[in-house]
Parts: sequence; structure tokens; C-alpha cells
Amino acid sequence: MSEVKRYNIRMAGIGGQGVVTASHIISNGVVISGGFSSLVPFFGSEKRNAPVESYVRISNDTIYEIGEIIFPNVLMIFHPSVITLGKSYTMPFYTGLKQRGIILINSKKPIPFSRDEQRELEEKEARIYYLPATEMANELAKTDLATNMAMCGAISGIFGIPDAKSLAASVKDRFVGKGIVTSGGTAALDSAIEKKFAKKQKLLEANQRVLDGAVQYTIDQGWSEAEQPAKATA
Amino acid sequence: MANVKGSSVCRTAVDEGKPADWVPGGEKQTVVDPMKMFHELPREMQFITGSEAARESMRRANIDIAIAYPITPQSESMQQAGYLYDEGYIKEYYRAEEEIGTFSAISGASRAGVRALTATSGPGLMRGMEAVSSWPGARTPIIMLNMCRVINTPLAIQPDNIEMSFLLNTGILLLHAENQQDFYDYPLAAIMASEQVDVTLPAVVSVDGFFCTHARGPVRITPEEYKLPPRDGWRSAVPAMDNENPPARISRDAPIQKSNFISYHMHASWQQEVFAAVERSAKYFDKYLGGLVEVINPDAEDFIIASGCAVSQAREAVRQEGEQGRIVGLVKVKTIRPFPTTSILNAVKNAKRILIPEFNQAGWLHKEVCSVLYGRCNAVIKDGPRVFGGMTMPTEMILEWLEEFRKETK
Repeated sequence: MSEVKRYNIRMAGIGGQGVVTASHIISNGVVISGGFSSLVPFFGSEKRNAPVESYVRISNDTIYEIGEIIFPNVLMIFHPSVITLGKSYTMPFYTGLKQRGIILINSKKPIPFSRDEQRELEEKEARIYYLPATEMANELAKTDLATNMAMCGAISGIFGIPDAKSLAASVKDRFVGKGIVTSGGTAALDSAIEKKFAKKQKLLEANQRVLDGAVQYTIDQGWSEAEQPAKATA
Repeated sequence: MANVKGSSVCRTAVDEGKPADWVPGGEKQTVVDPMKMFHELPREMQFITGSEAARESMRRANIDIAIAYPITPQSESMQQAGYLYDEGYIKEYYRAEEEIGTFSAISGASRAGVRALTATSGPGLMRGMEAVSSWPGARTPIIMLNMCRVINTPLAIQPDNIEMSFLLNTGILLLHAENQQDFYDYPLAAIMASEQVDVTLPAVVSVDGFFCTHARGPVRITPEEYKLPPRDGWRSAVPAMDNENPPARISRDAPIQKSNFISYHMHASWQQEVFAAVERSAKYFDKYLGGLVEVINPDAEDFIIASGCAVSQAREAVRQEGEQGRIVGLVKVKTIRPFPTTSILNAVKNAKRILIPEFNQAGWLHKEVCSVLYGRCNAVIKDGPRVFGGMTMPTEMILEWLEEFRKETK
């Protein structure tokens, strides 16, 4: 058997950003592509702006572990306030990050870390990537609700799994396919999205534009470390 | 007959806002022998959450009535049950006012001879414990899904399975699901075991909330056109209540009510019979689940005994130890009641060290294991590692404990 490869992703964001949905989409995309994945969300009361975490395990072999990821090698920070205001269940946000781990942060400009944070991140040799996910969502989908799509696209661009095609299929599953049960609160959000987009097809197209944009961004930035580099269009 | 008032399906298409020719989903299913469902039917892999796995299990369980009161992390499963009701796979469903009411009502439903399902989590279970603890003595087959959640203060909604310890001595059948797959399989097995004439007891399938209910995993499920046989209310250790010919007796059996007219012996023997029935259920679980335990690396000297999510973490620890050339055994305990004493004894008879990782502070599984291995096994039994309050147990923690254990116990 080939060597067991494992990406352990910890996502942190705030309620309403679609962090949990993003984890379902990435995880489902990996399974669609033939890989192994599992995920678990972590949140308190479902309310906007409250801290949310979600954890995705990706592997080329069976995954047994469950629960939170204490020692991730990938962090996805969906909102700068996770770092700047400490809106997180994990403080500081990089706790447990493995050596040379990747941190993908939704911010158009670098975040000023405290001296201690800066030192510890350097000791960990963390690779920090800033993705203007909210701006991309606003520009390409005309709504910041698609911020999570940019974050999903970037993961596909960086790792090549899930590949862009499987990721697109997973998004389709979420919105028009058999449906993905994430939480009670998402049902209300769904109806809000549906009002904004008269047809789900339009929603899918908008999401796809953001996914593609994010994949292309990672390629342009030279972040991709996939054996088979991603293609921007699914 | 469908859509006829007063029939076993007391819903009409008109009442439900359905087309006149609507046929409830359950009526389109074919009854299949439970053993065939558990072991022979083809299975399709789906990547779904534990709540969705529960839904698919309920879809195939031929449930007559479901009653529940929402509580995180149970709510999603029972929201899914609502869809099953709408589709006609569950015949009756309502949201009760709170848990004492829920568990009292579900008991009444079971006494009337129908298959009854409820579900709850941590504090909800605690609230309804008075009613729950009355179920076994009333000999009411009920299936309860229990999505474990912290019950202690400070308040938390994360998984911690201390609540299972409150069920150990009630006379209820208690299973501990490891993952989404078990949460699909175990309720079906528990229903069939609980309704056997020589069992006639309620059954609880516990699962560690969130880590299973809200997490996705691969689940192999049988075709949805097959369902379990219906409950036969008259095929039971005690007769079902006849609600249509008054006066219906609310009490199960007058002589067992402690009063001036009966002896304490009557009450005592009734309780003894309940616990004997728990033991008699073992043969059914053995058949349905392919054993009360699962054993990995049976020749190992170092063993982990675990139930629920702790098994998953232990599996990964066993795998990583294997990569280092160290063989570690694992006993997964599927049924907590009946407790698989003989199976565990046989599995660890050559063990030198036994580690018992748990997701609760009290270490109830450790106490259970010690109580049956005391004087019958030479292994040193370590009470830990444990996490609680909803915390995850990283695999690294089990590996560290194993390393320390080897140094301490040569």
C-alpha cells in the first residue's frame, strides 16, 4: 500500500459565514473524487457572529479518528476577527499547528500579529497565505455569502484534492442535489439565499465563478503544491 | 389500508395536504426477515452525517409512532424524522412539551402494542429519567436514540457520555454506537431484540453527539424498499393494553404495585426477571450484530477496551502502533447492557496491560470492566485516558498513555 497521506484541516470563522457548509462541501468533494474524508463541526448556540469551528480530515486511506483536530497541518481562517478579536474556540488560532503547516486567511492584507504570535509562527515555519475571499465573493457572486466558496476553491487549488470537478459536484449536491444536512440554522439561511437568487441555477453559477476565481488565484500566487495542478474551470 | 380513517395508518391524504392517490412511503416497502436485512441485503455506501444515518435507519424500522422534544444535538435527527412522517414512513409523530411528557407518552404508546421511537440528549435524558426508569418494569419495548451531550455545569452542548452511566442499572438494553454506520445498524438490531418475547424491554442506542451526529462518514445502507417486520403487540412477555375496550388498565399489573395486598417478594422477583431478560437479549444481539464485541489483534499483550467514539480513536492508535511494529489489541464493546462479560474475558485472557479510554469523567466503562475481570485476569488495568466536558481525545493521547504504561508495567 502506498504511504498514508493525511491533511487535517481546522477551519475557524464566525456564525453566518458558512464555515460548516464549507467543511461539508470540501469533505463531500473529496469522497466524490474517490478519496477518504470525514468532518465534524463545532459551534455553540447557532447565531450570527458567534465563533464557529469545523474540522475536515482528508486521506488516501480509511480514516478512523473522529472529533476535533487538535494538531492540524492546515488552518483556514474565514474572518480576520478570529485572530484580531479572538473570536475562536482555539486561542491563539494556530495552537497545535504542525511544523510547516499552511494557514489560509481570508484577508486582503496581512494581519499584524503580536510579537509573541509572530515569533511562534516563525518557529513553526508556518506558511501564511492571504486570500481576499470576501472581496472575491462580492465581486464574482455579488454577495459576501459566497466567501466560503472562495475558501473552498483555494483548498482545491493548493492541494489538488478535492479536484475542481469534484468540488463543483459537491456544491451542486449541497444546493440542488440530494441536499446536505448541516444544521437547523442553515435551513433559514437557504431560504434567504433563495430569495436573493430567484433560481438555484443562478446560485450555482455564481458559486462556480467564485470557486474558479479562487483556484486561479492560488495558481497565480504559486501556492499550489498538488501533484496534478488544479485547473481553474471544473 | 392507506388513507382510511381508523385504519392502522390513521392519516388521510386530504388531512396531510397530499394528492388523493397519495400512498405513504412505508406502505410501498416490503417486510424482510431481520437477519436478511442485517447480513444479506446489498448495501450502498453513502457519505452522510450521523443524523442522516439515523433517518435512514428509522426509514427501515417500520415505526408506528415517534414522540420527541428537541434538544441539541438530537434535534437534527428528529427534524429528519419529521420528513419521514411527511413521506409516510413513520405513521404518527408529534413534538411533546418536554421530556417527562415525551417519555411518559412514548411508554403509553408502547403499552398499546405499537413500535415507538423517541430520542434525546444529555439534559433531556436527565429530565425524563423518572419516566425512563419506569419503562423496563412496565415491559415496554421502546427504541430511544440517545445523542450524548454534557450534563454537568458549566453548560455545554458537546459530547460527553456520562449520561450513559445513569442508564446502567435501570434494566434498559443499552448499546453504544461507535460511528455513523453503527447509528444506522444498531437501532434496527435493538428494536428486534427488544421486542422478542423473552426480552420485552426498552432499548437505548447511545452515540457520542456531534462527533457522530453532525459529522459525516461512510455508511453502508440497505435498499430503502425493505423494512423490518411490524411489532406484534400480542407477542410479548406481558399483554399489550387494549385501548379500545374500556376500562383500560393504566397500571401494568395490579399485583406488582406495592400495597398492603402483595408481598415484597412479588416486587423483587419482578425486578429480577427484568434483569434476567436483559441477559437473555444477548443471544439476539450476538446474532444481529455478529457478536457483542469486536476484537482486533487477539494475540496482543497490550489491549485497549473501548466503546463509542473512543473505539475510533483507539483504531487509529492501533494502526499507528502497527506502523512502528508494535501490536496492540482492541476490544470494541458494542452492548453495554447486556454487558459482554464472557466475550471480554476470552478476548483479554493473555493480556498484560489494558487501557480503557473514555469520553467521561467517571470512567464507567473502566468500572464495568474491572468488575468482571477482577480475579479472573492477570492484566494490569489502567483507568484512562479520559476526556470530558465535550473534549476530543487525540490519538496522540492514547499513544502517550500506552508508552507510559509499558514503562510502568514491564
